Amino acid sequence: MFNFKAIQETVNMIYEENLDIRTVTMGISLYDCQSDDIGRLCDKIYDKITKSAGKLTSVTAELEKRYGIPIINNRVAVTPISYMAGCLRTTDDCVRIARTLDKAAKAIGINFIGGYSAMVQKGAIDAATLLIKSIPEALSETELVCSSVNVASTKAGINMDAIAEMGGVIKKTAYLTRDGGSIGCAKLVVFANVPEDNPFMAGAFHGTGEPERVINVGVSGPGVVAAAIRRAGDCDLTTLAETIKKTAFKITRVGQLVATEASKMLGVPFGIVDLSLAPTPTIGDSVAHILEEMGLEKTGAHGTTAALAMLNDAVKKGGVMASSHVGGLSGAFIPVSEDAGMMDAAACGALTIEKLEAMTAVCSVGLDMIAIPGDTPEDVICGIIADEISIGVVNNKTTAVRIIPVYGKKAGEEVNFGGLLGRAPIMEVSRMSPAKFISRGGRIPAPIHSLRN
Amino acid sequence: MRAVITVVGRDSIGIIASVASECAKYSVNISDITQSVLDKYFVMIMIVDISRMTIDFTSFVDVMERVGNERSVKIHVMHEDIFNSMHEI
Repeated sequence: MFNFKAIQETVNMIYEENLDIRTVTMGISLYDCQSDDIGRLCDKIYDKITKSAGKLTSVTAELEKRYGIPIINNRVAVTPISYMAGCLRTTDDCVRIARTLDKAAKAIGINFIGGYSAMVQKGAIDAATLLIKSIPEALSETELVCSSVNVASTKAGINMDAIAEMGGVIKKTAYLTRDGGSIGCAKLVVFANVPEDNPFMAGAFHGTGEPERVINVGVSGPGVVAAAIRRAGDCDLTTLAETIKKTAFKITRVGQLVATEASKMLGVPFGIVDLSLAPTPTIGDSVAHILEEMGLEKTGAHGTTAALAMLNDAVKKGGVMASSHVGGLSGAFIPVSEDAGMMDAAACGALTIEKLEAMTAVCSVGLDMIAIPGDTPEDVICGIIADEISIGVVNNKTTAVRIIPVYGKKAGEEVNFGGLLGRAPIMEVSRMSPAKFISRGGRIPAPIHSLRN
Repeated sequence: MRAVITVVGRDSIGIIASVASECAKYSVNISDITQSVLDKYFVMIMIVDISRMTIDFTSFVDVMERVGNERSVKIHVMHEDIFNSMHEI
């Protein structure tokens, strides 16, 4: 039987508190596209993507109408392109595939396609080396292609040669996309312990153990959580955690419903719901504002890490019962440019890169959408990556770096990417050089607790 | 199969009538209704049976949106599944 109060609550969540489905992402395997001819490979990739996901946007548009809930993004994630190894002989071959992915994404009307990726945590196959070299050009010549490189895992340790390479790749990408505020770097993530079923960009790809096609859904709803905390008033933290759990349950249930229905309508199996709190630059859709609602004067204040740890844990506990399969990144995101509260906190100096690094130890992802001065040396970028990645490896969790050395900009200035990517203050980083440490190369061995058998 | 129609906006004469007449036109049966007016602010929630509806769901959503625009109120039509999912274990 319907309860009118419950109906009112749902309607308010959607229309007043920005509850939405952040992304419906179709994972598509490209293994059967293998060919030793690059032209043939590109044709097969284009056909497979457009045939598999041709109806994705019309199906989500119908679901949007049926349930009255906005579905913000439609996306596709494909098999890491470095696995198309048979015909990757030059970096030009790689870039040609990137252009094909871009063309296919535009043809089916999605807003990002992920999978221009390589897994090199223990070492790189030749095709992965080529693909990594081609990333700057691929990202500067395409609009919708997203790229990721997994450089470490708790099991394999940290591939420092790959990290050293990525410093240069990020700088070159920033330079080649300098006319757009170095936006290419916003589409490139360096991972540790990358999940293979993540629906969120820029890190989505279709992992090796995944089925032919799959539907993964990412939910959102920072505004709903913030409003629930506001309504809870001056309660203690145990009560607050309960409030967050209940809210997360409801948010995730919507994600599960949309995922199940989309999967049925598309004839593609349901994979996972990703229980992430994903902010946008819209006012009222901020993770930082949740932390401030919890009682911090500004995000970045001492106490931020504790508040975030509690929030992240409560979101998972509430969400996990609401979905039959949970996966992906599942945790609160803290991207600086994509979150109005994070932007304010960084701009007024309350939030520094060091505090952000600490926060990533207790929540999802890592140093995300952080703009730094364009003249930051390569080895400093490598040092930032190595630090963040080691947090993931030692704590047996995913961490990532999506950092943008904005060409021609200095600390204190601002860069505006527009849309969902938002705007960010350029944050200062330490100029002390880690060059000798980085140039040693090799692998940092896997931590002792990786030996669990 | 049921849907929920919510109407929010400034009160005016005949809001319920215009929503109800569109429902009747497409064989949508009203099974429950609650409404209140607070400071000229009108809020109505209507539960309707859509199992014999003569148009598809998305077109019905469009029809109600048009009615809302004509009367300067917000009308949302949502399938019952979203409420069942969120509020029942």
